Amino acid sequence: MTNKKLLKLTVSACLFMFLAMPAATGPAAAADGDKPADISVLKAKYKRPESVPYPKDNPYSVKKAELGKTLYFDPRMSASGTQSCATCHNPSFGWEDGMALGVGHGHKRLSRATPTILNLAWDEIFMWDGRAESLEEQALGPIQAEGEMNMAMDHLMGIIASIDGYKPLFAEAFPDDPQVSPDNIGKAIATYERTIVSGEAPFDRWINGDEKAISQEAKNGFVLFNEKANCAACHSGWNFSDGSFHDIGLPSTDIGRGKHVDLPAMQHAFKTVGLRNIDQRAPYMHDGSLASLEAVVDHYDSKFVQRESLSGDIKPLNLTEQEKKELVAFLRTLTSQDPPVTIPVLPR
Amino acid sequence: MRFSALLASALLAALTFAPAARAAEVEITQKDKAFSQETVDLKVGDSIKFLNEDDVTHNIYSKSEPKEFEVAKQDPGTSEVVTFDKAGEVKVRCAIHPKMKLTVNVTE
Repeated sequence: MTNKKLLKLTVSACLFMFLAMPAATGPAAAADGDKPADISVLKAKYKRPESVPYPKDNPYSVKKAELGKTLYFDPRMSASGTQSCATCHNPSFGWEDGMALGVGHGHKRLSRATPTILNLAWDEIFMWDGRAESLEEQALGPIQAEGEMNMAMDHLMGIIASIDGYKPLFAEAFPDDPQVSPDNIGKAIATYERTIVSGEAPFDRWINGDEKAISQEAKNGFVLFNEKANCAACHSGWNFSDGSFHDIGLPSTDIGRGKHVDLPAMQHAFKTVGLRNIDQRAPYMHDGSLASLEAVVDHYDSKFVQRESLSGDIKPLNLTEQEKKELVAFLRTLTSQDPPVTIPVLPR
Repeated sequence: MRFSALLASALLAALTFAPAARAAEVEITQKDKAFSQETVDLKVGDSIKFLNEDDVTHNIYSKSEPKEFEVAKQDPGTSEVVTFDKAGEVKVRCAIHPKMKLTVNVTE
C-alpha cells in the first residue's frame, strides 16, 4: 500500500470510529425542556400566609365569630327546623357532606355537590358558578333557597328575635347596631367562616425545610404538579386555588358559570377548588362524579371531553402509572390533623 | 425669492392640512393573573394592546355600554388591540380569573 493510500485509510478509519462511538457516558445532556425544576423557586410559591384577611366593612371580633358559629350550627334557621349550615358544610367531612350531590329541604337530592368552606377568607367570589360576590351575601343564599333551607328572610328574623338567648349575642357582636337583621346575620356567619382555616400539613413542614416531612414519591409528585401535569395553572398558591373558572371537560350537562356570564369560555365552567385536606373531601367535582383522587388524575390525564368551551390549559398529559401514583402521594400530604370542632350550646 | 415664496406656501399648506394628533396605543400586560395596571385614561379613538405575558390562557371582556368586547381564549405570548371609540367608563374583567380588574376611563 502506498503511503498516500495508507494515510487515506487511516483518516477514514478514524472518522468511522469517531462517528460510531457511543455518546459520552456520565449524565446525559438535558434538552432545555427536561431541565430539572429549581425546587426552591417552586416551594417559595406555597408558603402559608401570616394572617387571615378580614374585610374593612366587616372586621373580625371574637363575639362576632361566636355569634356566627352559633347561627351556623342552628337548625332553626331552616323551615323544617332540621338543617343548619353545618348539616351540609359539616366539619366531619372537610366541611362538605361526603356525598356526590347535596340534600336539601324534604330530603330532596340537589343538583350539585356541597362545596367546602375551608380557607374561603382568601377568595373573592363564591359558589360553583361564582354568583355570590361576598361571603356575607353567600351566607344568606342557601337559607332562603327553596330547595335548601327554604326559610323566608322576614320569617327568620321573627324566629331569631323571639329567642331571648340571641339578644345578648347580637348586642356583643354588633354593639353599634344590635339588630337581628339579614345584614348582621350574613356578617356574623361570614366572620365565623373566615376563621375556618386548614392547619399545618406535612407539606407545609417540607416547605419550611423538613426534608423528612414527606416521601420522595410525594416530592416527585410536587414537581409533576407544577410542571408536566400543569395542575398549578389553576391550583396555585398555599391553598392550591386561584379562584378561577374553567370548563375542565366533565361530561355533565350543567353549564355552571355560563348561566351568569354569557361567554363561550364560561359554558360548563366551575370554580377551581382549593386542595387542602382534599383526601377528606371525596367524592370530587361539582357533581361528585369522580370517586377518588386516582380518578381525578385520570380525568385530567386523558378522560376529559373536548368541546369549544374547554379550557385552553387542559391538554392530554401522557402521565405514566408511576407519575400518577406520585401525584396522588403528593396530594395526600396536604392534609392537616386539625383539632375537632366544638359544637355550640344553642340559645333558648 | 420665488423659491422661498414657494417653500413658504408649501410649509403653510402642510401646516394647514396637517392631520389630527395620532390616536395613542397603550400596552397593558396580563402576567401572574393580574393586569399591569388597575386603571387607564384614554381619549376617544385610543387603543389598548392587551398582551398575554402569562403562562395561562386569559379571556378578557367587557359588558360596559361604551365598549362591549371580548378577547376570547387568548393564548400565552399573543396580543390583541382593542379600540375605544366612545366616551365613558369601561370595566374590563377576565372571565376565567375574576380577581383581574381594569377600569378604562375614556374621555372626548
